[in-house]
Amino acid sequence: MGSEPASAAEVADGLASCDYLADEGLATAVFLAMTLNRPLLLEGEPGVGKTETANALASWTGGELIRLQCYEGIDVAQAVYEWDYSRQLLHLRTAEATGTAARQNAEALEDELYSERFLIRRPLLRAIDAAEGPPPVLLIDEVDRADDEFEAFLLEILSDYAVTVPEVGRFAAATPPRVIITSNRTRDVHDALKRRCLYHWVEHPGFEREVAIIGRRAPGVGEALARQVAAAAAAFRELGLYKPPGVAESIDWSLALGRLGAAELTPEITQASLGSVLKYREDQQRVVDQGIGGLINQAIARAG
Amino acid sequence: MQADELAVGFANALRGAGIDVAVGSSVNYCQALGAVGLGQRSSVYWAGRTTMVTDPEDIGLYDKIFDAYYGGQQLVATPVVEVVQPIILATDDDGDDEAGDGGGDDDPGGPSFTLRWSRHEVLRDKDFADCDDDELDEAHRLMAAMARVGGTRRSRRRRRTRRTVGHPELRQTVRAAIRSGGEPVRRWYTEPGQRLRRVVLLLDVSGSMESYARALIRFVHAAVVGRRRVEVFTIGTRLTRITRELSSRDPDRALSEAADAVSDWSGGTRLGDALAEFNDRWGIRGMARGATVVVLSDGWDRGSPEVMAEQMARLHRVTHRLVWVNPLKATPGYQPLAQGMAAALPHVDDFIEGHSLRSLERLAAVLESNQSMGRG
Repeated sequence: MGSEPASAAEVADGLASCDYLADEGLATAVFLAMTLNRPLLLEGEPGVGKTETANALASWTGGELIRLQCYEGIDVAQAVYEWDYSRQLLHLRTAEATGTAARQNAEALEDELYSERFLIRRPLLRAIDAAEGPPPVLLIDEVDRADDEFEAFLLEILSDYAVTVPEVGRFAAATPPRVIITSNRTRDVHDALKRRCLYHWVEHPGFEREVAIIGRRAPGVGEALARQVAAAAAAFRELGLYKPPGVAESIDWSLALGRLGAAELTPEITQASLGSVLKYREDQQRVVDQGIGGLINQAIARAG
Repeated sequence: MQADELAVGFANALRGAGIDVAVGSSVNYCQALGAVGLGQRSSVYWAGRTTMVTDPEDIGLYDKIFDAYYGGQQLVATPVVEVVQPIILATDDDGDDEAGDGGGDDDPGGPSFTLRWSRHEVLRDKDFADCDDDELDEAHRLMAAMARVGGTRRSRRRRRTRRTVGHPELRQTVRAAIRSGGEPVRRWYTEPGQRLRRVVLLLDVSGSMESYARALIRFVHAAVVGRRRVEVFTIGTRLTRITRELSSRDPDRALSEAADAVSDWSGGTRLGDALAEFNDRWGIRGMARGATVVVLSDGWDRGSPEVMAEQMARLHRVTHRLVWVNPLKATPGYQPLAQGMAAALPHVDDFIEGHSLRSLERLAAVLESNQSMGRG
């Protein structure tokens, strides 16, 4: 991609060229995030392709994908920067052994220890202090797993795209990274963070779009099978399962069926490959109780 | 009309309908409209949704306002959707507060103090259903004092410690070593910190629980305000999340807001289905994981006991502790005969009463301790 996109349609085409089929809402959200230089917060059911958006955006724009997986207890040392303490200690011991430490004053020694040479750059600093070229895509994944303290800290970084390392100085982004934040909504992300971001709720794709997505992501699978898988996945979503299959599961399932050499869905092959689409024993049981044969026939009828 | 006037008008219409739109967001909307243009209806729609809606539950409302605003007729600046208020629990509370305050002013200071203390003692064991308004008011004050507790668990975050065992804290060790000419004489260590464990309260608001639910919700409110990691839902014919409504520090406002949010106050109960909804939408995904989950209910369930047992088992598998508070348990000779209760009991770690202040004290103790007190 050369310069900034001119329209949401251009974004949709660009993402499609990287095998990611975004609907109009998501394409508009990404387009606005790029033109207004705002982080984009994506929420939605697991497996609807939130994380994948960032991957596609990175390969389309040519920016480096920098991923920060959030987890409970994540702190500055893991997210922004850390000093390489073991190397620092080693350096100190060397200085002491060779007698340099005795000749140098403590201040000079300290300056040496806290130079960029011993600085470990973690994802946020890497995204801010990126080299020339297309701005990197910073993916902050599952922000709801981090705690509130970290969120507050994130807010600070996202508002001016700058980090200050006391011993070295301030790093500011020449071109701000494109930021995608995802959340599974296990808790509410703080309002202040939401206000900084553009927001998009990612839905399960419609039938035709899901067929197209399977076609892109599972290339060995025939059109007929893709349609049946999409129809069956849609039927599963209506059964009130613990974990209704997302697009990610549909793709996995199609790949599994392709590997099993299936040309179309049959009750036997569905039963055999059920584990790639339903990941709870209770869910599998419910589908079996409903009668796999009936469900598959309905799906085939719907797939046309 | 200018694009910016149009945008501001639309933002106001959204606010009028109850969607929380920050000023910054409406500015974003203006810029977004500039970027996507006004040519296409769907672009205008998505520009607004991306910049001003931050909660999936508001999407339906947004759609409605969008249709009304851009659908030809102009909206008046005032709200379109007026929510009809059901019975409000705050009405009688309002009365209590006035009566209570007025009475307190008239009494001479000293004697009323001792009198009050003795009243507390009596009140401790009194069933909420038998309390009059003044007594409830008094009880609420006591509840506020006891609800600021909760268990802790090990945090993943480490902190520096004075002890000289455990994980080395190199940052501080290096700092100290510079001062001693490169020799790490004084070594520092870290240990895991402590963190409040999340508490999730599921409050039954069906008809059979009404008199207790009104009292318990005060306890719940005190809990929400008192500590940060509390989530509250009501269960009745359906599941409603009221954490946000209860987070206001003014109890009466919080309670009336919560009552607005709960549409089935004193309706029937389908406990199993409501639990299923909680598990699917919130609990299993992460909210209940490692948390202490407290169900406040009498266990009268009109749904099937199988669903109840299945959902309780699911919930129990992910929680740290599952506590069931049942006001009926205090009745002499109580047996958990209600179908829902009987189905749920095998999956419960602690089974306690909830009919009086003393039993709520026990609940507070259960929440604080890290050991189970059993179902006795």
